[in-house]
Amino acid sequence: MAETKAPARPLSPHLQIYRPMLTMMMSIVHRITGAGLYFGMLLLAWWLIAAAAGPNSYAKFQWFMETLIGRLVLFGFTWTLIHHMLGGVRHLIWDTGRGFGPVEREWLTLAGLIGSIGLTILIWIVGYLALGGVQ
Amino acid sequence: MVELTLPKNSKVTQGKVWPRHKGAKREREFRIYRWNPDDGKNPRVDIYYVDLDESGPMLLDALIWIKSYIDPTLTFRRSCREGVCGSCAMNIDGVNTLACTRTMDEVKSEAVRIYPLPHMPVVKDLIPDLTNFYAQYASIEPWLKTKTPVPQKEWKQSHQDREKLDGLYECILCACCSTSCPSYWWNSDRYLGPAALLQAQRWIVDSRDEGTGERLDNLEDPFRLYRCHTIMNCTKACPKGLNPAKAIAEIKKKMVERQV
Repeated sequence: MAETKAPARPLSPHLQIYRPMLTMMMSIVHRITGAGLYFGMLLLAWWLIAAAAGPNSYAKFQWFMETLIGRLVLFGFTWTLIHHMLGGVRHLIWDTGRGFGPVEREWLTLAGLIGSIGLTILIWIVGYLALGGVQ
Repeated sequence: MVELTLPKNSKVTQGKVWPRHKGAKREREFRIYRWNPDDGKNPRVDIYYVDLDESGPMLLDALIWIKSYIDPTLTFRRSCREGVCGSCAMNIDGVNTLACTRTMDEVKSEAVRIYPLPHMPVVKDLIPDLTNFYAQYASIEPWLKTKTPVPQKEWKQSHQDREKLDGLYECILCACCSTSCPSYWWNSDRYLGPAALLQAQRWIVDSRDEGTGERLDNLEDPFRLYRCHTIMNCTKACPKGLNPAKAIAEIKKKMVERQV
Protein backbone atom coordinates (compact mmCIF):
# COMPACT_ATOMS: atom_id res chain seq x y z
CA MET A 1 0.00 0.00 0.00
CA ALA A 2 1.25 3.44 -0.86
CA GLU A 3 2.35 5.57 2.08
CA THR A 4 0.18 8.61 2.47
CA LYS A 5 1.29 11.28 4.86
CA ALA A 6 -1.55 12.58 6.99
CA PRO A 7 -1.62 16.39 7.05
CA ALA A 8 -1.01 18.11 10.38
CA ARG A 9 -4.36 18.56 12.06
CA PRO A 10 -5.38 22.12 12.78
CA LEU A 11 -6.29 23.18 16.30
CA SER A 12 -9.93 24.18 16.61
CA PRO A 13 -10.58 27.80 17.69
CA HIS A 14 -10.95 28.32 21.45
CA LEU A 15 -10.64 31.74 23.15
CA GLN A 16 -11.46 33.34 19.81
CA ILE A 17 -14.94 31.83 19.70
CA TYR A 18 -15.95 30.92 23.26
CA ARG A 19 -18.66 33.14 24.70
CA PRO A 20 -17.25 35.20 27.58
CA MET A 21 -19.09 34.32 30.77
CA LEU A 22 -18.98 36.00 34.16
CA THR A 23 -17.23 33.24 36.12
CA MET A 24 -14.70 32.73 33.31
CA MET A 25 -13.93 36.44 32.97
CA MET A 26 -13.61 36.84 36.73
CA SER A 27 -11.24 33.90 36.85
CA ILE A 28 -9.06 35.69 34.31
CA VAL A 29 -9.28 38.92 36.33
CA HIS A 30 -8.32 36.97 39.47
CA ARG A 31 -5.17 35.82 37.66
CA ILE A 32 -4.34 39.31 36.40
CA THR A 33 -4.88 40.93 39.80
CA GLY A 34 -2.75 38.20 41.36
CA ALA A 35 0.08 39.07 39.00
CA GLY A 36 -0.56 42.78 39.56
CA LEU A 37 -0.04 42.36 43.28
CA TYR A 38 3.63 41.55 42.65
CA PHE A 39 4.01 45.10 41.38
CA GLY A 40 1.98 46.32 44.31
CA MET A 41 4.44 44.61 46.64
CA LEU A 42 7.26 46.55 44.93
CA LEU A 43 5.35 49.70 45.82
CA LEU A 44 5.07 48.55 49.42
CA ALA A 45 8.77 47.68 49.48
CA TRP A 46 9.62 51.13 48.12
CA TRP A 47 7.57 52.72 50.87
CA LEU A 48 9.30 50.71 53.62
CA ILE A 49 12.78 51.21 52.17
CA ALA A 50 12.15 54.94 51.74
CA ALA A 51 10.95 55.19 55.33
CA ALA A 52 14.03 53.37 56.56
CA ALA A 53 16.45 55.33 54.39
CA GLY A 54 15.64 58.70 55.90
CA PRO A 55 13.62 61.88 55.35
CA ASN A 56 15.06 62.69 51.92
CA SER A 57 14.13 59.44 50.23
CA TYR A 58 10.79 59.38 52.03
CA ALA A 59 10.04 62.85 50.69
CA LYS A 60 10.64 61.54 47.18
CA PHE A 61 8.22 58.66 47.75
CA GLN A 62 5.66 61.04 49.17
CA TRP A 63 6.06 63.43 46.27
CA PHE A 64 5.40 60.63 43.77
CA MET A 65 2.39 59.33 45.63
CA GLU A 66 0.84 62.76 45.73
CA THR A 67 1.00 63.22 41.96
CA LEU A 68 -2.09 62.25 40.01
CA ILE A 69 -0.29 59.24 38.53
CA GLY A 70 0.86 58.17 41.97
CA ARG A 71 -2.66 58.34 43.31
CA LEU A 72 -4.03 56.41 40.36
CA VAL A 73 -1.42 53.70 40.86
CA LEU A 74 -2.27 53.50 44.54
CA PHE A 75 -5.99 53.43 43.79
CA GLY A 76 -5.41 50.63 41.28
CA PHE A 77 -3.33 48.74 43.83
CA THR A 78 -6.10 49.08 46.41
CA TRP A 79 -8.67 47.66 44.03
CA THR A 80 -6.34 44.88 42.89
CA LEU A 81 -5.70 43.87 46.47
CA ILE A 82 -9.35 43.94 47.51
CA HIS A 83 -10.52 42.20 44.35
CA HIS A 84 -7.97 39.42 44.71
CA MET A 85 -8.80 39.04 48.39
CA LEU A 86 -12.54 38.72 47.75
CA GLY A 87 -11.74 36.29 44.92
CA GLY A 88 -9.78 34.26 47.44
CA VAL A 89 -12.74 34.22 49.82
CA ARG A 90 -14.98 33.07 46.96
CA HIS A 91 -12.60 30.23 46.14
CA LEU A 92 -12.48 29.31 49.83
CA ILE A 93 -16.26 28.95 49.84
CA TRP A 94 -16.12 26.86 46.66
CA ASP A 95 -13.41 24.69 48.18
CA THR A 96 -15.88 23.66 50.90
CA GLY A 97 -18.16 22.32 48.16
CA ARG A 98 -20.71 25.12 48.57
CA GLY A 99 -21.95 27.76 46.14
CA PHE A 100 -21.96 25.67 42.95
CA GLY A 101 -25.64 26.13 42.08
CA PRO A 102 -26.61 28.16 39.02
CA VAL A 103 -27.77 31.10 41.16
CA GLU A 104 -25.13 30.96 43.92
CA ARG A 105 -22.11 30.80 41.63
CA GLU A 106 -23.19 33.87 39.66
CA TRP A 107 -24.18 35.73 42.82
CA LEU A 108 -20.84 34.99 44.52
CA THR A 109 -18.91 36.11 41.48
CA LEU A 110 -20.89 39.30 41.01
CA ALA A 111 -20.63 40.04 44.73
CA GLY A 112 -16.84 39.85 44.41
CA LEU A 113 -16.83 42.37 41.60
CA ILE A 114 -19.28 44.83 43.13
CA GLY A 115 -17.81 44.34 46.60
CA SER A 116 -14.28 45.07 45.43
CA ILE A 117 -15.29 48.31 43.73
CA GLY A 118 -17.43 49.39 46.70
CA LEU A 119 -14.78 48.56 49.30
CA THR A 120 -12.04 50.31 47.33
CA ILE A 121 -14.07 53.51 47.12
CA LEU A 122 -14.94 53.21 50.82
CA ILE A 123 -11.29 52.81 51.80
CA TRP A 124 -10.37 55.92 49.84
CA ILE A 125 -13.19 57.96 51.32
CA VAL A 126 -12.15 56.89 54.81
CA GLY A 127 -8.51 57.56 53.94
CA TYR A 128 -9.21 61.09 52.70
CA LEU A 129 -11.47 61.79 55.67
CA ALA A 130 -8.64 60.73 57.98
CA LEU A 131 -6.34 63.12 56.14
CA GLY A 132 -8.90 65.86 56.50
CA GLY A 133 -10.15 66.03 52.91
CA VAL A 134 -8.61 65.95 49.44
CA GLN A 135 -5.35 67.88 49.31
CA MET B 1 1.03 25.99 27.88
CA VAL B 2 -1.07 29.10 27.50
CA GLU B 3 -1.22 30.08 23.86
CA LEU B 4 -3.80 32.71 23.15
CA THR B 5 -3.61 32.58 19.36
CA LEU B 6 -4.01 29.72 16.92
CA PRO B 7 -1.04 28.10 15.16
CA LYS B 8 -0.42 29.13 11.57
CA ASN B 9 -2.08 26.10 9.97
CA SER B 10 -5.18 26.60 12.13
CA LYS B 11 -6.01 30.22 11.37
CA VAL B 12 -9.57 30.37 10.10
CA THR B 13 -10.16 31.97 6.70
CA GLN B 14 -13.30 33.14 4.97
CA GLY B 15 -15.03 30.33 3.11
CA LYS B 16 -17.69 30.27 0.44
CA VAL B 17 -21.34 31.19 0.50
CA TRP B 18 -23.43 28.20 -0.54
CA PRO B 19 -26.44 28.74 -2.79
CA ARG B 20 -29.82 29.21 -1.15
CA HIS B 21 -32.54 26.59 -1.37
CA LYS B 22 -34.98 27.28 -4.18
CA GLY B 23 -38.31 28.66 -3.05
CA ALA B 24 -37.29 29.09 0.58
CA LYS B 25 -39.44 31.63 2.39
CA ARG B 26 -38.06 31.55 5.92
CA GLU B 27 -34.30 31.12 6.18
CA ARG B 28 -31.64 31.04 8.88
CA GLU B 29 -27.99 31.79 8.24
CA PHE B 30 -25.46 29.20 9.41
CA ARG B 31 -21.71 29.90 9.64
CA ILE B 32 -19.93 26.59 9.90
CA TYR B 33 -16.26 25.73 10.42
CA ARG B 34 -14.84 23.58 7.63
CA TRP B 35 -11.52 21.83 7.27
CA ASN B 36 -10.68 19.29 4.64
CA PRO B 37 -7.59 17.15 5.33
CA ASP B 38 -7.16 16.48 1.60
CA ASP B 39 -6.91 19.95 0.06
CA GLY B 40 -3.94 21.30 2.04
CA LYS B 41 -5.71 24.55 2.88
CA ASN B 42 -6.40 26.30 6.17
CA PRO B 43 -9.77 25.90 7.92
CA ARG B 44 -12.52 28.21 6.70
CA VAL B 45 -16.03 29.29 7.66
CA ASP B 46 -18.72 28.55 5.08
CA ILE B 47 -22.09 30.23 5.00
CA TYR B 48 -25.27 28.23 4.45
CA TYR B 49 -28.94 29.19 4.44
CA VAL B 50 -31.30 26.69 6.02
CA ASP B 51 -34.90 26.57 4.83
CA LEU B 52 -36.82 26.68 8.10
CA ASP B 53 -39.98 25.26 6.48
CA GLU B 54 -38.07 22.20 5.27
CA SER B 55 -35.70 21.49 8.14
CA GLY B 56 -36.61 20.09 11.56
CA PRO B 57 -36.41 22.41 14.59
CA MET B 58 -33.22 21.14 16.23
CA LEU B 59 -29.72 22.31 15.32
CA LEU B 60 -28.82 18.75 14.37
CA ASP B 61 -31.84 18.71 12.04
CA ALA B 62 -30.45 21.82 10.35
CA LEU B 63 -27.02 20.22 9.91
CA ILE B 64 -28.56 17.08 8.45
CA TRP B 65 -30.72 19.23 6.19
CA ILE B 66 -27.64 21.06 4.92
CA LYS B 67 -25.86 17.75 4.32
CA SER B 68 -28.87 16.31 2.49
CA TYR B 69 -29.83 19.26 0.32
CA ILE B 70 -26.96 21.76 0.07
CA ASP B 71 -23.54 20.24 0.73
CA PRO B 72 -23.04 16.48 1.11
CA THR B 73 -19.38 17.00 2.08
CA LEU B 74 -20.26 18.68 5.40
CA THR B 75 -18.91 16.26 8.02
CA PHE B 76 -20.05 15.80 11.61
CA ARG B 77 -20.72 13.02 14.09
CA ARG B 78 -24.26 12.16 15.09
CA SER B 79 -26.15 9.09 16.16
CA CYS B 80 -28.97 8.95 18.71
CA ARG B 81 -30.47 12.42 18.09
CA GLU B 82 -31.79 12.51 21.66
CA GLY B 83 -28.90 13.50 23.93
CA VAL B 84 -27.86 10.00 24.94
CA CYS B 85 -24.85 9.19 22.79
CA GLY B 86 -22.93 12.47 22.98
CA SER B 87 -21.70 12.25 19.38
CA CYS B 88 -22.92 15.61 18.13
CA ALA B 89 -21.10 17.70 20.75
CA MET B 90 -19.88 20.93 19.18
CA ASN B 91 -19.49 24.62 19.86
CA ILE B 92 -22.71 26.38 18.94
CA ASP B 93 -23.14 30.13 19.37
CA GLY B 94 -20.01 30.23 21.53
CA VAL B 95 -20.93 27.48 23.98
CA ASN B 96 -20.30 23.74 23.84
CA THR B 97 -23.48 21.71 23.61
CA LEU B 98 -25.19 18.85 21.80
CA ALA B 99 -26.64 19.83 18.43
CA CYS B 100 -29.48 17.34 18.87
CA THR B 101 -30.99 18.67 22.10
CA ARG B 102 -30.77 22.37 21.21
CA THR B 103 -33.35 24.09 19.08
CA MET B 104 -32.51 26.72 16.50
CA ASP B 105 -34.77 29.12 18.40
CA GLU B 106 -32.49 28.90 21.43
CA VAL B 107 -29.71 30.59 19.49
CA LYS B 108 -30.42 34.27 19.92
CA SER B 109 -27.84 35.74 17.55
CA GLU B 110 -28.96 36.15 13.96
CA ALA B 111 -26.50 33.76 12.36
CA VAL B 112 -25.88 30.37 13.94
CA ARG B 113 -22.12 29.91 14.39
CA ILE B 114 -20.92 26.32 14.63
CA TYR B 115 -17.36 25.22 15.40
CA PRO B 116 -15.87 21.93 16.49
CA LEU B 117 -15.22 21.45 20.23
CA PRO B 118 -12.58 24.07 21.15
CA HIS B 119 -8.82 23.56 21.30
CA MET B 120 -8.87 20.06 19.84
CA PRO B 121 -7.08 18.58 16.84
CA VAL B 122 -9.58 18.54 13.98
CA VAL B 123 -10.06 15.34 11.97
CA LYS B 124 -12.44 16.96 9.49
CA ASP B 125 -14.98 19.82 9.67
CA LEU B 126 -16.82 19.47 12.99
CA ILE B 127 -15.08 16.27 14.07
CA PRO B 128 -12.43 16.58 16.79
CA ASP B 129 -9.88 13.91 17.63
CA LEU B 130 -10.92 12.59 21.06
CA THR B 131 -8.09 10.05 21.49
CA ASN B 132 -6.50 11.91 24.41
CA PHE B 133 -9.91 12.51 26.00
CA TYR B 134 -10.70 8.79 26.01
CA ALA B 135 -7.22 7.91 27.27
CA GLN B 136 -7.79 10.26 30.21
CA TYR B 137 -11.08 8.54 30.95
CA ALA B 138 -9.32 5.16 30.91
CA SER B 139 -6.65 6.52 33.28
CA ILE B 140 -9.16 6.98 36.11
CA GLU B 141 -9.95 3.23 35.86
CA PRO B 142 -13.72 3.49 35.40
CA TRP B 143 -14.68 0.13 36.80
CA LEU B 144 -15.59 -1.39 40.15
CA LYS B 145 -12.46 -2.22 42.12
CA THR B 146 -12.93 -4.65 45.00
CA LYS B 147 -10.75 -6.65 47.38
CA THR B 148 -13.36 -8.67 49.27
CA PRO B 149 -14.44 -11.97 47.66
CA VAL B 150 -17.10 -11.68 44.98
CA PRO B 151 -20.56 -12.25 46.52
CA GLN B 152 -22.82 -15.12 45.39
CA LYS B 153 -25.24 -12.71 43.74
CA GLU B 154 -24.80 -8.99 43.16
CA TRP B 155 -22.79 -6.32 45.01
CA LYS B 156 -25.47 -4.77 47.19
CA GLN B 157 -26.04 -1.08 47.61
CA SER B 158 -28.56 0.77 49.80
CA HIS B 159 -30.95 3.26 48.26
CA GLN B 160 -29.14 6.08 50.06
CA ASP B 161 -25.76 5.00 48.72
CA ARG B 162 -27.19 4.61 45.25
CA GLU B 163 -28.49 8.18 45.41
CA LYS B 164 -24.92 9.42 45.83
CA LEU B 165 -24.29 8.47 42.20
CA ASP B 166 -27.06 10.75 40.95
CA GLY B 167 -25.62 13.67 39.03
CA LEU B 168 -22.52 11.62 38.20
CA TYR B 169 -23.57 8.41 36.45
CA GLU B 170 -25.58 10.31 33.82
CA CYS B 171 -22.42 11.59 32.13
CA ILE B 172 -22.33 10.55 28.46
CA LEU B 173 -18.69 11.55 27.83
CA CYS B 174 -19.59 14.00 25.07
CA ALA B 175 -16.53 16.14 25.99
CA CYS B 176 -18.53 19.40 26.07
CA CYS B 177 -17.22 20.18 29.56
CA SER B 178 -13.55 19.32 29.14
CA THR B 179 -13.21 21.24 25.90
CA SER B 180 -14.93 24.31 27.40
CA CYS B 181 -12.29 24.57 30.13
CA PRO B 182 -9.43 27.05 29.62
CA SER B 183 -7.29 25.04 32.03
CA TYR B 184 -7.86 22.00 29.82
CA TRP B 185 -7.04 24.05 26.70
CA TRP B 186 -3.63 24.97 28.08
CA ASN B 187 -2.79 21.74 29.91
CA SER B 188 -4.73 18.85 28.38
CA ASP B 189 -1.48 16.86 28.23
CA ARG B 190 -1.34 16.72 32.03
CA TYR B 191 -4.68 17.96 33.42
CA LEU B 192 -7.39 15.28 33.29
CA GLY B 193 -10.22 17.75 32.68
CA PRO B 194 -13.75 17.94 34.12
CA ALA B 195 -15.22 14.89 32.36
CA ALA B 196 -12.58 12.41 33.55
CA LEU B 197 -12.61 13.94 37.04
CA LEU B 198 -16.40 13.77 37.33
CA GLN B 199 -16.11 10.11 36.38
CA ALA B 200 -13.36 9.67 38.97
CA GLN B 201 -15.72 11.07 41.59
CA ARG B 202 -18.44 8.70 40.36
CA TRP B 203 -16.23 5.74 41.41
CA ILE B 204 -14.83 7.41 44.52
CA VAL B 205 -18.31 7.85 46.04
CA ASP B 206 -19.56 4.43 44.95
CA SER B 207 -20.21 2.55 48.21
CA ARG B 208 -19.32 -0.78 46.55
CA ASP B 209 -15.91 0.39 45.37
CA GLU B 210 -12.94 -0.51 47.56
CA GLY B 211 -10.24 1.33 45.65
CA THR B 212 -10.88 4.85 46.98
CA GLY B 213 -7.39 5.23 48.46
CA GLU B 214 -5.54 4.34 45.27
CA ARG B 215 -7.97 6.40 43.20
CA LEU B 216 -7.15 9.46 45.31
CA ASP B 217 -3.42 8.64 45.15
CA ASN B 218 -3.66 8.60 41.38
CA LEU B 219 -5.24 12.07 41.35
CA GLU B 220 -2.98 13.68 43.97
CA ASP B 221 -0.94 15.67 41.49
CA PRO B 222 -0.49 19.39 40.80
CA PHE B 223 -1.77 18.92 37.26
CA ARG B 224 -4.09 15.91 37.05
CA LEU B 225 -6.56 17.30 39.61
CA TYR B 226 -5.39 20.69 40.81
CA ARG B 227 -5.33 22.46 37.45
CA CYS B 228 -9.03 22.99 38.08
CA HIS B 229 -9.39 26.65 39.04
CA THR B 230 -13.19 26.60 39.39
CA ILE B 231 -13.74 28.57 36.22
CA MET B 232 -17.12 26.79 35.84
CA ASN B 233 -17.29 26.75 32.05
CA CYS B 234 -17.69 22.98 32.40
CA THR B 235 -20.83 23.14 34.52
CA LYS B 236 -22.34 25.85 32.34
CA ALA B 237 -21.70 23.80 29.20
CA CYS B 238 -22.87 20.35 30.37
CA PRO B 239 -25.86 19.41 28.16
CA LYS B 240 -26.99 16.88 30.78
CA GLY B 241 -27.14 19.52 33.51
CA LEU B 242 -24.40 17.87 35.60
CA ASN B 243 -21.94 19.77 37.77
CA PRO B 244 -18.33 18.71 37.10
CA ALA B 245 -17.00 21.76 38.98
CA LYS B 246 -18.75 20.57 42.14
CA ALA B 247 -17.60 16.97 41.60
CA ILE B 248 -14.00 18.18 41.38
CA ALA B 249 -14.46 20.30 44.53
CA GLU B 250 -15.67 17.15 46.32
CA ILE B 251 -12.52 15.29 45.26
CA LYS B 252 -10.34 18.17 46.48
CA LYS B 253 -12.24 18.06 49.76
CA LYS B 254 -11.60 14.31 50.09
CA MET B 255 -7.89 14.97 49.56
CA VAL B 256 -7.89 17.35 52.52
CA GLU B 257 -10.08 15.15 54.70
CA ARG B 258 -7.77 12.18 54.42
CA GLN B 259 -4.82 14.33 55.53
CA VAL B 260 -6.45 15.38 58.79
